[in-house]
Amino acid sequence: MFNILASANFWQYAFMRNALIAGAVTSVVAGIVGYFVVLRKLSFGAHALSHAGFAGAAGAVLLGVNPLYGLLAFTISGGLAMGILGKKAFNRDVQVGTVLAFMLGLGVLFISLYKGYATEAYSLLFGEILGVSHADVIASLIAGGLVLLAILISYRPLLFSSIDEDVAEARGVNNLGYSLFFMVLLAITVSIAVKVVGVLLIFALLVTPAAVANNLTRKPPFAMFISAILSLSATIFGLIISFYITLPVSFIIISIVFAEYLLVIVLKKYNLL
Amino acid sequence: MNNENIIQAKNVTAKYGKRIIWNDASFSLSAGQFVAVLGPNGSGKSTLFKLLLGLKNPSSGKLLLFNEEPKENAKLIGYIPQRRGIDQDTNFDVFDFVKLGLSGHKLGFSLFPKKENIKTENALKLVDAYKFKNKALGELSGGELQRVFLAQALIGEPKILLLDEPLANLDLKRESELVKLVKDLAVSKGICVLLIAHDLNPLLGAIDKVIYVANRQLVSGGVDEIITSKKLTQLYGSDIEVIKDSKGRLVILGAREVEHHV
Repeated sequence: MFNILASANFWQYAFMRNALIAGAVTSVVAGIVGYFVVLRKLSFGAHALSHAGFAGAAGAVLLGVNPLYGLLAFTISGGLAMGILGKKAFNRDVQVGTVLAFMLGLGVLFISLYKGYATEAYSLLFGEILGVSHADVIASLIAGGLVLLAILISYRPLLFSSIDEDVAEARGVNNLGYSLFFMVLLAITVSIAVKVVGVLLIFALLVTPAAVANNLTRKPPFAMFISAILSLSATIFGLIISFYITLPVSFIIISIVFAEYLLVIVLKKYNLL
Repeated sequence: MNNENIIQAKNVTAKYGKRIIWNDASFSLSAGQFVAVLGPNGSGKSTLFKLLLGLKNPSSGKLLLFNEEPKENAKLIGYIPQRRGIDQDTNFDVFDFVKLGLSGHKLGFSLFPKKENIKTENALKLVDAYKFKNKALGELSGGELQRVFLAQALIGEPKILLLDEPLANLDLKRESELVKLVKDLAVSKGICVLLIAHDLNPLLGAIDKVIYVANRQLVSGGVDEIITSKKLTQLYGSDIEVIKDSKGRLVILGAREVEHHV
């Protein structure tokens, strides 16, 4: 695999190498975190968080700070607020939707106040993986590594509180603590995934691969593995295809994920899986 | 104190904020007893379970499990919470689900996965659920699900089982099968079982005791002691009539209903 990568044309370019590494790390992390997003029925919450992140990133751009900091600040505080409100927050989709729309509006305001309007807004909304810098690669490696380590350590209680909250609580699992903890992990994942697919296409990495994997296997570790592979393959192939064909990377990534999704639905329908 | 009394409540009051749920309750339960917890919606049956699980403290009085505070004994309790059913698309492995009851609260990964797997298999066999160990939760029927929940509650070899409405949504046959299974477990393993139910009749013949919660009071005793017109009238503070049919089944009627029937 690495030999093929190394001999390929696109590997000669630093921007492609950065994109492939950052994309690979992000998609694996998103695939695994995504499994818990699906299990905890948080997909709308994840979507809302990415919109809060847009406002944060746009604000950071306006202030001349690295957008990643703005993303992290807004997604983490949004995540913690949702975690504290707990299930109530997600049962109120009208309220979450309203805050989500306001956040998007706030992002538009910040972007319009900034001179470089079009490109910045475009890259935040739809991703800009080909513009990933070396520093971004390091940031996503550190952030992704930390999220994976956190999931590895907390795997069992996190799983327990995701599937069986009441019994977990009775067995001494601190549900609120794990809910907040997970929202922070989700916020970090959203923040690094925005760079790859943007705010509006976050589902591509964070929800759909996990939903497909969850359809394919009942075993949580396998589901996480499959989810990570689906998300990873979409990102890698998306990047490589976009190198040869001039199409937006995020479009190709979401298309591959969508094709995976459709394929599994069809195969399931005809009992071929 | 009698050693057999594994649960002891002395003048226990449960409150949410300033609202009294029930007041001054005293009872004791011993190993192997099968106890039905009855009472209208919102009377505080699940609150009793929260207290026993150590998730909520009594606002006054003393509640002891094995002569200690409930919190110290959480691992001795197997618990099935009230569930509104499971989404049909819950594609989660039964085996993994049951195993969570044993080690789901622990950080990191298991050092003895084989031992845990054997315990999981044994728990599934105990409730005759081994045959669907590789199914998904969403694929199971109501009765099968309750067996799986029971396996999860039993995996830690508890001394006390708290079952919150496990009979809801079961047909009559499944209902009586589950009651028989729980009764056998109580007797063979010496487990003290508390089972919240809406209808006493499926439990008649199996239970040793009743805890009745109503009108901010919690009383306990034998079925013949508690489920009587006199006792329930006293408890509710309004006319209640208990009617026994030819097969020993009980019907509890409120004042207005009684008037209708007369």
